[in-house]
Amino acid sequence: MSLKTIKNTQQKERLFQSLLSASGVIILVLVIGVFITLLIQSMPAIIAHKFDFFSHTTWDPVSGQYGGLSFLVGTLLTAFLALLISIPFSLSIAIVLGEYLTEGWIALILKTAIDLLAGIPSVIYGFWGLFVLAPWIRNLEIKLGVLPYGVGILTASLILALMIIPYAASLGREVIRLVPAELKEASLSLGATRYETVRKIILPYAKSGISAGFLLSLGRALSETMAVTMVIGNSNLLPTSIFSLGNTMASVLANEFSEANGSIYISSLLEIGLLLFVVTTIISLIGRRIIKKMSVHQ
Amino acid sequence: MKKSSLKIRHAKNYLFIGIIGLCSILLMIPLILIFYQLITLGGKSINLTFLTQIPKSPGESGGGIYNAIVGTTLLVALASLVSIPLGILTGVYISEYQNSRLSGAVRTCVDILQGTPSIVIGIIVYTWVVRPMSQFSAISGGVALGIMMLPVIIKTTEETLGLIPMSLKEASLALGVPYYKTILKVVIPTGFSGILTGILLSISRVAGETAPLLFTAFGNAFLTYSIFKPISAIPLLIFNYATSPYEEWHQLAWGASLLVVGMILLLNLVAKGVTKR
Repeated sequence: MSLKTIKNTQQKERLFQSLLSASGVIILVLVIGVFITLLIQSMPAIIAHKFDFFSHTTWDPVSGQYGGLSFLVGTLLTAFLALLISIPFSLSIAIVLGEYLTEGWIALILKTAIDLLAGIPSVIYGFWGLFVLAPWIRNLEIKLGVLPYGVGILTASLILALMIIPYAASLGREVIRLVPAELKEASLSLGATRYETVRKIILPYAKSGISAGFLLSLGRALSETMAVTMVIGNSNLLPTSIFSLGNTMASVLANEFSEANGSIYISSLLEIGLLLFVVTTIISLIGRRIIKKMSVHQ
Repeated sequence: MKKSSLKIRHAKNYLFIGIIGLCSILLMIPLILIFYQLITLGGKSINLTFLTQIPKSPGESGGGIYNAIVGTTLLVALASLVSIPLGILTGVYISEYQNSRLSGAVRTCVDILQGTPSIVIGIIVYTWVVRPMSQFSAISGGVALGIMMLPVIIKTTEETLGLIPMSLKEASLALGVPYYKTILKVVIPTGFSGILTGILLSISRVAGETAPLLFTAFGNAFLTYSIFKPISAIPLLIFNYATSPYEEWHQLAWGASLLVVGMILLLNLVAKGVTKR
């Protein structure tokens, strides 16, 4: 090989390596850019409200009042309610698929069902919720004697629960699969029943991973936009019960961002976006760290 | 041990199986209901007109969603244009430089990006692209979807490359093949099916996304091929028509829903087929 071709190769080598690092840097800049943009853009609102943004509930852009408390309450209420509803189902499926039926056609059906549920876009969940679930909830509300809106916090939470079950279930299944076979065999050979093995060996071992799965699905529920926007009723008042109408931080963004005029209005909406971004970032970092730790221990 | 306590323990065992089995089966009910609704209502409206014409004004029956089909295709193509090469390169980077501090930071950023709410990506792209151009456009929609595709492509590329045996790379390097050629001609082709799976999954993830398009692509009732104008997309059309008061538009939205779910399932099936090979 002549000296020239070697030099040529070295140049290309260097070019390729800098291309690789450059693409890494782009991702880094992108994420930092998102945070900084949100921070800068929401500064006017943060200064104007002097940190009392989430301490009062009047959201009236016309008269210049921006209190985001009802959105915060709406978000937390729907997300935690959805998590609560989803836990028995996702835990059951995780145990069934992770421990009882690791193969076979029933497992295949169940796995396909979960994949299908995970594949449905959120706008279609919202559409279905609006036209099928909401009328049922309305009937229920008539029977219970509360104002029959049909849409509202409860409807949104049910749809959200349905959307996060596949996610938590498949994470849970993977974590349960990581439980060493020797531990389970030891328990079974000592005469424990399958249930006792699950409760006293498998679940305690997989505990941190399973809770990380729930944490990550909570993050999903907090940030879900379209389905919630379509079935929550979009009221800016503080929700008083699970049958009330409401709004979440994501749904208020979806509803009002394109119509917002006036710098403080837009800036206030971006402040909501900033909070949403920070909370979901913290949740996903903690969740992923726990799961990574579990797989490394393996 | 007393016989009765053994019986109780066995009973508990069966009860437990019954409960978790029941919960698993219960989940099938909403799934079946959703698909029943999609197929019965959506199936009715899918025909040739539906696929080749643009929507009619409210009150008139007929019309189709051709403009949205074109829009979604264009948006996904624009998104893929940047995010596929960038995603693969970043995936190669974090799998090749595992111990550098920068690649650790990049990996964290990918996790953050994956957890970022889609609506936040929408408002960010609005601030970055729509506001300077002072117009909603297909380009901005493509950027938003591209950002959503990135983490999926990066992660699958990284995972796939991690599975490739070291000996393969070493053999190539030992033959005197330069590093960049080893990556481009040996490592990436070997992991091709895995990377392709990632790309297909990332497309199926964004094909149904609505929130990032609300303030970027914005939607358009008419047909356009221009990347500088507001453009429709199937999920946007579903959202707008589902929340409208017109029965004819609801019909179109059910058809569009069936179409988009069918597309996503097909992409997932193909992705699974590719992985098996």
